[in-house]
Amino acid sequence: MKSNSIKLPLALIALSIAIGCGSTKNDTPTSSTSPSASAGTKTKLVFIPKSAGNPYFAQVESGFKSTADQFGIEFSSQAPSSADATSQISVIKDQAQRGEEVIVLAANSPDALNETLDQVTAKGVVVITADADLTGNESHRSVGVLPIDFTTVGPEQVELLGSQINYEGEIAILSATSDAPNQNAWIEGMKKTLAESKYAKMKLVEIVYGDDEPQKSTTECEALLTKHPNLRGLIVPTSVGLAACAQVLSQKEVAPGAKNAKNGGLVLTGLGTPNELRKAVQSGMVAKFQLWDPADIGIVAGYLGTQIKAKKLEAKVGTKFEVPGKGSFEIKDKNIVIAGKLVTFTKDNIEQYKF
Amino acid sequence: MKRNLTPIILGFLVLAIGSRLSTHFLEWAYLRDSMTLVAELGLIALAMNFVIATGQIDLSVGSNMVLTACLTAKLLNANIPPPVAMAFGVAIGAVLGYVNGFLITFFQAPSFLITVATLAIFRGAAKAMLGPSSLKIPADLVGVDTLTLAGLTVPLWILVVLTLAFSFVINCTVLGRQVIAVGSNPRNALYSGVPVDRTIRIAFTLTGLISGVAAALMLSRLGLARPDLANGAELDIITIVVVGGTLIQGGYANVFGSLFAFILIALLRTAMGVASITAEYQMTIIGALLICVVLAKRINIRIPSQKRATSGNKPS
Repeated sequence: MKSNSIKLPLALIALSIAIGCGSTKNDTPTSSTSPSASAGTKTKLVFIPKSAGNPYFAQVESGFKSTADQFGIEFSSQAPSSADATSQISVIKDQAQRGEEVIVLAANSPDALNETLDQVTAKGVVVITADADLTGNESHRSVGVLPIDFTTVGPEQVELLGSQINYEGEIAILSATSDAPNQNAWIEGMKKTLAESKYAKMKLVEIVYGDDEPQKSTTECEALLTKHPNLRGLIVPTSVGLAACAQVLSQKEVAPGAKNAKNGGLVLTGLGTPNELRKAVQSGMVAKFQLWDPADIGIVAGYLGTQIKAKKLEAKVGTKFEVPGKGSFEIKDKNIVIAGKLVTFTKDNIEQYKF
Repeated sequence: MKRNLTPIILGFLVLAIGSRLSTHFLEWAYLRDSMTLVAELGLIALAMNFVIATGQIDLSVGSNMVLTACLTAKLLNANIPPPVAMAFGVAIGAVLGYVNGFLITFFQAPSFLITVATLAIFRGAAKAMLGPSSLKIPADLVGVDTLTLAGLTVPLWILVVLTLAFSFVINCTVLGRQVIAVGSNPRNALYSGVPVDRTIRIAFTLTGLISGVAAALMLSRLGLARPDLANGAELDIITIVVVGGTLIQGGYANVFGSLFAFILIALLRTAMGVASITAEYQMTIIGALLICVVLAKRINIRIPSQKRATSGNKPS
């Protein structure tokens, strides 16, 4: 009995050593076919999203993949196990150890990754942030790629609504939480735009907050309809709220052309992802809404990564560059690059977008 | 050594399989740095042996570490000399641990309830103090995790030294005997003159103190304190203790086992990470490992289970 209980573990350890000593497979198939390939032909680039299983980041990845061959990228992606502030640290270190040359990161924290990013940068890895930047700690990455110029959200949303209601009537805004910095910046932009003479006849009567919860958004939307029976337009710059409001419009039948529609009906628009708004668009409750196309982020970040790694492009403010098939770009203040513009989704084009 | 065979064997298997999965895995500096990344969890796990051996549990350790880190960062930013601030931080950790022990023994309440409450209180306090922002520490204090001494990083040295120290305390001192006695049967212990409540309070204070040490290491590694760090750390820590062989119901502690379990889990995570196994599969595999270890323990313990009652801190 005693000797047996020792023999088995010893045998297992021997087995482990045997497994370990066997010929080791190379986990980079392309470089095994041409040992010096990494230097000349392809750049190894990894994308680290905020968390696993998020269609938004899948769309970013599709941007990388669609241009990987064209730009000479050997692309992979690796998500952290959670969206915690420090969950990406081990992923960054592991990927650097794998020999990735460019790390594109949607940062889960603006500063908890600083030390880790400095360590891999010191090893020669190019670090680019995408979608979520290291706000206030920009020196710890090479460039930051943001989806759009966010100051355009306010004006574009007001115009999108105005064009559908002849630029007149009472309007309201249903936002996420009252302390969300991006939402508040967008609302400020909307207010500024509404002060222009073109929109003089559009009157903002109330701003309410649905906290990005379906139930609260529904309640707030219903209250708006009761309080302001003449409401002509509603801007909802958040997916959850927009989907909930579409539901309310459908139940109360107040959308343009519906049974209870007064003086033309209530027009609903805002920001949201195509996946969450697909039903609302197909049912006609939302004619038009906007968001950026996350694939643009992948395309621009991928191109930048290869160029910076190859030292063909300098990561400093003022550098201008051309992304094949995408147009010209510029590295702006704090090394930020704007990847695209707002896209307006309608019945006609929503099926092309799967995020 | 024999009772630690399961994690050691599995550790070798992970090394073997890991080196097959990726050519980048077997590199000492990389493995060392990967282990250093989670050394704070290992440290707290070592101390947690005392709490679990008394038949209690401390779910507040992660929050304790975060609150202590935030307070220490505040002191450092108030220009208090670093050694004083760090010592103060460790003391705060110990006090928070003592508060747990005091509440549990004073109210004779289940440690699960009390420490779930303090988990929320400590983290809530950290959030109230810093809000969503973070607090940087002076640059010359950053990077203790990159300092190496004779091949090991400073946090790993602390881990090794504390393993030896705690193992000695558990196995060779009166306090250790009392901890095991309280966990085996609190009523018997009380009737035999063991100061049960005092022992429990010491166990929690010690765990809190080590949480304070871990907080200092985390501060130095990240260069800043944030109230949202170490979410769910308590589960990783308890996992290490249990995989190491310490009985969750109390009465037996295996400090060396915790060290081996720490190495095993760190190696496994690293092997999967460098092989780019997706996050979903990583969780599944870690879960499967736990089941394996529990099964192996069952088979080990079943035979000599009758001996355990009389032989003190030696179940197999």
